[in-house]
Amino acid sequence: MKIWTPLLASLTLLPLELPAQTPEEKGLAIAMEADKRDTGWGDIKTELFMVLRNRQGQESKRRMRSKILEVDGDGDKSLIVFDHPRDIKNTAFLSYTHALKADDQWLYLPALKRVKRISSNNKSGPFMGSEFAYEDISSQEVEKYTYKFIKDDKVNGRDAFVIERYPVYKHSGYTRTVVWVDKEMYQALKTVFYDRKDSLLKELVLNDYKQYLGKYWRPSKMTMVNKQNGKSTDLEYKGYEFNTGLKDSDFNRNTLKRTR
Amino acid sequence: MLSILTAHNAVMAGEWSGYLGAEARIFLDDPTDPRQQGNTLSFVAQPEYYTEWDDGNQSLLFIPFARIDQHDTERSHADIRELVWLKAADTWEVHIGIGKVYWGVTESQHLVDIINQTDLVESPDGEEKLGQPMINLSLIRDLGIFDLFVLPGFRERTFPGIKGRLRSVPRIDADDALYESSRKNRHVDWALRWSHTLGDWDIGLSWFDGTSREPRFIPTIKPDGESVLVPFYDQIQQAGLDIQATKEGWLWKLEAINRRGMGETYNALTGGFEYTVVGIASTQADLGLISEYLYDDRDEQALSLFQNDLMLGTRLTLNDEQSTEFLLGLITDLDDSSERSWFIEASRRLGDRWKLNIEARVLSLQDPLNPFHALAKDDFIQLELLRYF
Repeated sequence: MKIWTPLLASLTLLPLELPAQTPEEKGLAIAMEADKRDTGWGDIKTELFMVLRNRQGQESKRRMRSKILEVDGDGDKSLIVFDHPRDIKNTAFLSYTHALKADDQWLYLPALKRVKRISSNNKSGPFMGSEFAYEDISSQEVEKYTYKFIKDDKVNGRDAFVIERYPVYKHSGYTRTVVWVDKEMYQALKTVFYDRKDSLLKELVLNDYKQYLGKYWRPSKMTMVNKQNGKSTDLEYKGYEFNTGLKDSDFNRNTLKRTR
Repeated sequence: MLSILTAHNAVMAGEWSGYLGAEARIFLDDPTDPRQQGNTLSFVAQPEYYTEWDDGNQSLLFIPFARIDQHDTERSHADIRELVWLKAADTWEVHIGIGKVYWGVTESQHLVDIINQTDLVESPDGEEKLGQPMINLSLIRDLGIFDLFVLPGFRERTFPGIKGRLRSVPRIDADDALYESSRKNRHVDWALRWSHTLGDWDIGLSWFDGTSREPRFIPTIKPDGESVLVPFYDQIQQAGLDIQATKEGWLWKLEAINRRGMGETYNALTGGFEYTVVGIASTQADLGLISEYLYDDRDEQALSLFQNDLMLGTRLTLNDEQSTEFLLGLITDLDDSSERSWFIEASRRLGDRWKLNIEARVLSLQDPLNPFHALAKDDFIQLELLRYF
């Protein structure tokens, strides 16, 4: 059966080579192909570890667990529970992402036992004081951007398409992001973010890709460097589990309160 | 390797967490009653034990709490905040034990929230609660979440003691509280709640039948001649409504109640908005602007300080590594602008496991006949340092 994989891959690449394709069409085709290949994983459980570094090199750590449910025809549902730092232990965040309309988000504050519906206008804001914004780690629907193919390039010896993405959704902190998409995995190897004034803001490098269920590629480590303030954040994923049997009923206000 | 071990422990053997802390309250004026003390130091502990089994579908949570206060023997107290067994399935949950439940959406006061009694000696803002014995069945349906509560056993509100500040003069003598029900604190209360999300709208409807968490006060002369206020707990029925509409940066909020059984039937509401400006002045900080109107249709003898009041507030969230936050608020009486209350709350994580909380409250009241007028002499600044483990 292995013989089929490269054959299928070359077939799907074919339309991208048509000379009549505009850079916009080619960019969109690459994004759609990446989305198609990353469809059907069902659900994911994973642990996240963050190390935040300021310009002086002082470190601050975050630990959390996340559950994600793939939703057909809409953005994913996700539930994140914080373990560290300890003062926010058991604080939890429930999100129903949508392609273009505003996401639905609830925050659970364990000290008061209070569930708060919160505004999703903060997409550009820092996630947990890190250099990752909410929009960097939430579900990446094709419709959230328009695209343009720029050129072919290499990242650490791997062949990549370079595409630019322009956010369509409101409240993005970026005018554009430039993504190096691996030609084999159809996953980002590197992303460069430009702020609302189109100045270079951040650079994200994604490392140690592993394949799950023989199909889905996920990075084990990402490093985001803020080029304007000198801060950086490492984000590590551990213990990826796919298709664990999560259901819609695992993502509501009750599970938000009780998930540990 | 370490992380694998930690995750394993969390599932199998249970896990302790929680905090220990010290708090200093500095009072700016001399007290109304000379028996009341000045600045006070206190120590607090709230450990937490959690264990789960049955693939996470059953769990046990235990949160004891204790505070020791330098002066106020009533504020030196202990409580079981939670000791609850949970069994969860896809469409239902059962909670049995001592639990804590929060209902509502507004910031300035919490009209709808009625399950737990207020632990008033902890904080004058009424946000700290005592554990409540309960059996709670929660049904999770397409039409929303339906909660049924049976509440055996009533918790009396805590009040500062003779030497304590932030109390009325005459003081409240909570030792011989009176009840409408002959079953006193053994009356079994019950409650229902339906809550649902419809697009941008989060809606809750609730019904409570039982012992009022909020007492009325009966002026009494003790055998030794001291005037005190004795709490009287009525049997009430309360219907509650809470709605939040989340429209981009705007959160529109409304809470309303209708309460029978505590004197005349009355209505009260809190309504307003919170608007958040993301990334003010090209920084990563968010600025929230809060305004709420507080209304209560009881006449001037009402217990509530909020008959026709306006709350204005601003919340600054720096979104930095230390999670620094400030909340500044003002509640003012629209009928008498000399009655107003200022407060500021600020918090910041220090290093990895410490947290500093700062709070200050300033109250102006002009009505000398109101026993709570004494609170106007209790403006304070509070520093609290907590160590999490």
